[in-house]
Amino acid sequence: MTRKKTDSSPETSEYQLCLTEKQVVEAKVNKKLTSEEKIDLYRLMMRIRRFEERAVQSYQRGKIGGFCHTYIGQESVAVGTLSVLKKEDQAISAYRDHGQGLALGMNMNECMAELYGKWTGCSKGKGGSMHYFAPEKRFWGGHGIVGAQTPLGAGIAFALKYQGTQGVCLCYLGDGAVNQGAYHEALNLAALWELPVIFIIENNQYSMGTSQERSSAGNPLAKRAEGYGMRWAKAPGNDLATVRAYTGAALDYVRETSRPMILEFDTYRYRGHSMSDPDQTYRSKEEIAEYKKSSDPIDHYASILEKEKVLTAELKDTIDKEAKAEASDAADYAEESPFPPPEDIMKDIYWETDNPDHKTSEGTLFFNSLND
Amino acid sequence: MAVITYREALNQAMSEEMDRDERVFIMGEEVAQYHGAYKVTQGMLERFGPKRVIDTPISETGFSGIGIGAAMMGLRPIVEFMTWSFSYVAFDQIINNAANMRYMSGGLINVPIVFRGAANGGVNVGATHSHTPENFYANAPGLKVICPATAYDAKGLMKAAIRDNDPVCVLENTILYNDKGEVPEEDYTIPLGKADIKRPGKDITIVAHGRAVITALQAAEELKAEHGIEAELIDLRSIRPLDEETILESVKKTNRVLLVEENKPFCGVDAQIAFIIQDKAFDHLDAPIGRVSAIDAPQIYSMPLEKIQLPNTDRIKRAALKIL
Ligand SMILES: Cc1ncc(C[n+]2csc(CCOP(=O)(O)OP(=O)(O)O)c2C)c(N)n1
Ligand SMILES: [Mg+2]
Repeated sequence: MTRKKTDSSPETSEYQLCLTEKQVVEAKVNKKLTSEEKIDLYRLMMRIRRFEERAVQSYQRGKIGGFCHTYIGQESVAVGTLSVLKKEDQAISAYRDHGQGLALGMNMNECMAELYGKWTGCSKGKGGSMHYFAPEKRFWGGHGIVGAQTPLGAGIAFALKYQGTQGVCLCYLGDGAVNQGAYHEALNLAALWELPVIFIIENNQYSMGTSQERSSAGNPLAKRAEGYGMRWAKAPGNDLATVRAYTGAALDYVRETSRPMILEFDTYRYRGHSMSDPDQTYRSKEEIAEYKKSSDPIDHYASILEKEKVLTAELKDTIDKEAKAEASDAADYAEESPFPPPEDIMKDIYWETDNPDHKTSEGTLFFNSLND
Repeated sequence: MAVITYREALNQAMSEEMDRDERVFIMGEEVAQYHGAYKVTQGMLERFGPKRVIDTPISETGFSGIGIGAAMMGLRPIVEFMTWSFSYVAFDQIINNAANMRYMSGGLINVPIVFRGAANGGVNVGATHSHTPENFYANAPGLKVICPATAYDAKGLMKAAIRDNDPVCVLENTILYNDKGEVPEEDYTIPLGKADIKRPGKDITIVAHGRAVITALQAAEELKAEHGIEAELIDLRSIRPLDEETILESVKKTNRVLLVEENKPFCGVDAQIAFIIQDKAFDHLDAPIGRVSAIDAPQIYSMPLEKIQLPNTDRIKRAALKIL
């Protein structure tokens, strides 16, 4: 795609992609949506929300260990961006990964069981909340170290290009992660080598207890792209159609030029940074309440669909009930699933020890054992 | 004596040193306004102000390096890693710059800096967040590495670390932060490189560091109750410098030794200690040196399995009985 530039475009720099409201509405990814598809998108956001609310309950009951970062409030970003992907496109994210996992088609059972540390979890209980993986669904994780996924995203794009596909990698990061050195090295390499990757900054305005102003020089964050000669855009992330339009435009551009791009979506998380953050010092209750009231992505999309007469109150209710029931069933499934057997601690470390018929090396690989 | 938590002990150590010495300051993610992800710096921003208690972006390479640069100029920074697992993105700064600076400059420059934070498994945060890199950092000549296990040790060692003229890595433990212990009101330091006998005994020497000390202490009590065995427990406290003398003295007395650490076994701290013991006390050993460490796999998330992966009292007792 060549850059759409209309007279009414508020474009401020030659690197910035700006879509007018009209362009958002008329974007082909939005125009082509059937009523059914719209409902599906709504349902997906609701399923993510209800899944996470159920996970919060389970965490509070001590069923889930360690760190658990919820995505509540940000659903439109994962659903909007991932719903415009083509088959060959790929995605990778940070530790706040439940939304992306579900949006890419992971099921609630495997996701909930992973949180419970169960054998039936997507990573067999080895990764936990921060480390979801589903490569067959094009989801390359779930990464716990801030910024560490950004070179991987560029690497996935490298492979897509190398393999001669038209695929693009979506690589998610937070507004705090933009200050990791790894990210900047990844940006330079992606631009220099023309790698088909879109870095998606989910700007929920805080990195833990630190607001964007206190952690990042320069604004908008996506504009740092210009230093690398990259295109960028910044848009509201709570409006599903906007997210889809920008992602669609970015995908067209990246597919066409094999150049990377940065997309920044403004969004908001409702709960603490993780389940262990009491969230009482760095923002006010009013700020949270105000956002929920004025900008909740699910309510917002519901009201649009209601206006379009696509969604009725009755259907909305059904979707909600089904999502809750599905999440509750997933919790039961997780509860009833077994923990991995102790021997599993020693599996999945080296390819060759899991595939003893194809042993490729000699010598000792492990220096103690479960029975010591 | 006051009874305070390990967390408070660290806070007191840093605050008292900041009172003593204008050049000491602390920086790290969430250390100021949020009072630390684990609340170790509670109240320090209010007490010392934003010039000396500094919130950083998530830029470990950058702020570790800034700390090292400032230390070269004579300041005495304390750099907090939210956990040591995140120090891995700053590994180059710590090893290539902090550890090597004095040597490469032929002694013209020194780097009086403290890197600190928690380094532990056992809290179900999975492989990326459960690292215990005392062996990595102790492998670099130029660095000092300490692993306090009690509130008393945490305070005394931290103060010594801040006063030290070389870079010191202080590896704390989130599970120990709430542990309480007696800590004197008056100023004291514990010299780096001095181990502590946490439990005297005659039948076997157990050497441990960090939280493994607490687990081993429990195991030692159970060995006594269940088998009448008197284990002597040595808490290394400091990995480098290492108190070889205390270890060797004890081995000469008990003639049997069990090494316990929460780190993975290969190239771990206890591998070096085992070498030293066989090298310097070979004739005193009545049995092979025993060893308990984390099961040799990346840290598992699943809660009951992580309990199995880390040294626990059962594994320690079994290993002790094997060499008795
Ligand atoms: C290298 C590194 N440093 C610190 C942390 C601890 N940590 C985890 S998430 C986080 C905040 C990240 O904020 P942001 O990038 O805005 O993403 P968000 O959590 O808001 O989605 C921090 C400091 C980490 N995981 N990795
Ligand atoms: Mg954020």
